[in-house]
Amino acid sequence: MPVLVQHRQIVVPGQLLAEGRDVEVKSQHTVYRAGDKLYSAVIGLAEVQNNRINVIALEGFYFPKVDDIVIGIIIDLGLTSWTVDIRAPYTAILHANDALNKPFNPLKDDLRRYFDVGDLLVAKISVFDRTRNPILTVRGKGLGKITKGKIVEIVPSRVPRLIGKKGSMINMIKEETKCQIVVGLNGRVWVVGPTPHHEEVAILAIKKVERETHTTGLTDRVRAFIREELKKRDLTG
Amino acid sequence: MKLEGLKLINEEGLRIDGRKPDELRPVVMEVGVLKNADGSAYVQQGNTKVIAAVYGPREIHPKHLTLPDRAILRTRYHMVPYSTDERKSPAPTRREIELSKVIREALESVIFVELYPRTTIDVFIEVIQADAGTRTAGIMAASLALADAGIPMRDLIAAVAVGKVDGQLVLDINQLEDEYGEADMPIAMMPSLGKIVLLQLNGVLTEDDFKQALQLAKKGIMKLYEYEQQALKKKYVEIKPE
Repeated sequence: MPVLVQHRQIVVPGQLLAEGRDVEVKSQHTVYRAGDKLYSAVIGLAEVQNNRINVIALEGFYFPKVDDIVIGIIIDLGLTSWTVDIRAPYTAILHANDALNKPFNPLKDDLRRYFDVGDLLVAKISVFDRTRNPILTVRGKGLGKITKGKIVEIVPSRVPRLIGKKGSMINMIKEETKCQIVVGLNGRVWVVGPTPHHEEVAILAIKKVERETHTTGLTDRVRAFIREELKKRDLTG
Repeated sequence: MKLEGLKLINEEGLRIDGRKPDELRPVVMEVGVLKNADGSAYVQQGNTKVIAAVYGPREIHPKHLTLPDRAILRTRYHMVPYSTDERKSPAPTRREIELSKVIREALESVIFVELYPRTTIDVFIEVIQADAGTRTAGIMAASLALADAGIPMRDLIAAVAVGKVDGQLVLDINQLEDEYGEADMPIAMMPSLGKIVLLQLNGVLTEDDFKQALQLAKKGIMKLYEYEQQALKKKYVEIKPE
């Protein structure tokens, strides 16, 4: 079972990663098998662990999955449902029943009272089977309308790096900047801080993580970066 | 009609631009050149300059083109009016429509279209300057742009044309060799899988010539493949930790 690439090496589409049937593949879309050989399907970083191989994409778009938390923008509204942009190849639908805690009567009530075009929301994908557009829900802890803070967009395939191993990166950023941060898997990040300056530092840190995704020792560098930026703005302590 | 006294290969066996028969033109490749596209690339081979942009996968408009089990691919190969000696009308010609089709079919064979049902992937190839080999440069630019957009694909595509001029097979022909030569055969491949995704032939080749031309093209393709891989990686090697 020869694995032909090193851990954290940059690979490109069509690159031979390993030969042999006993190599395990973790990802579904970034690695593919042709006969006995494994090839990369995207530009990414190879993750090699014993007999397992995986490629983490550096570029990419968001493809919906059930139970994903995403940040959406209302782009249209109908009689009983909203149309939501979730930065995916499909627009999502949010039904009134999934947004309100009471039965919805279109004769007496107006959807605009709850969400209007342009409103942002944290939502969960409740149904998606590829034959129809994804359906969202805002019932649940931490879900619902966004009324304060800032939104940043990053490349969706770099979200895992922003979160880090067991949340190490995002928790560090939250702690250091004293901001609350919600990361949508579609690459939209919601930042709420004690002051706009704190939010600004958090956003700069998030952008730094996005830009330097493929480098090593990133967590420590970002921590130092945040402390320095806070000091510049007189926000320490 | 050949110009009187025009020799495409001189006594030393060198071509009109000083290259050896199996030599490629100088290559420049760059990825991520356009900010607004999801993926983009620039490819230059000698005086041929091509830019490609990719959008998607995204929702299809008009809706009736949707396929329930796979993504559709829409490809436009287009030459800008100032790409040739004489102004080219910007309207798509018969030739451009044909090339759009064969390039689309080549790209369809490398993209995992079945992963993204009911969506479209749009590829725009603009020839900025034409000096033969625009379809091969275009297909390479498109494959780099697709990789830059993060769209899963089996392999990059590398492509080159082989021609026959003054009775000799030559690699990567330029405009003069194309116009006054005896044959022009563009070939595109998925190099690491060894599969041919596009092959056209304009002119006459013997069976032996054809086999040799294929070998010659494969040699050129492997070199171009390396340039492509370098171009893709360069984007990330350049971003160093601050």
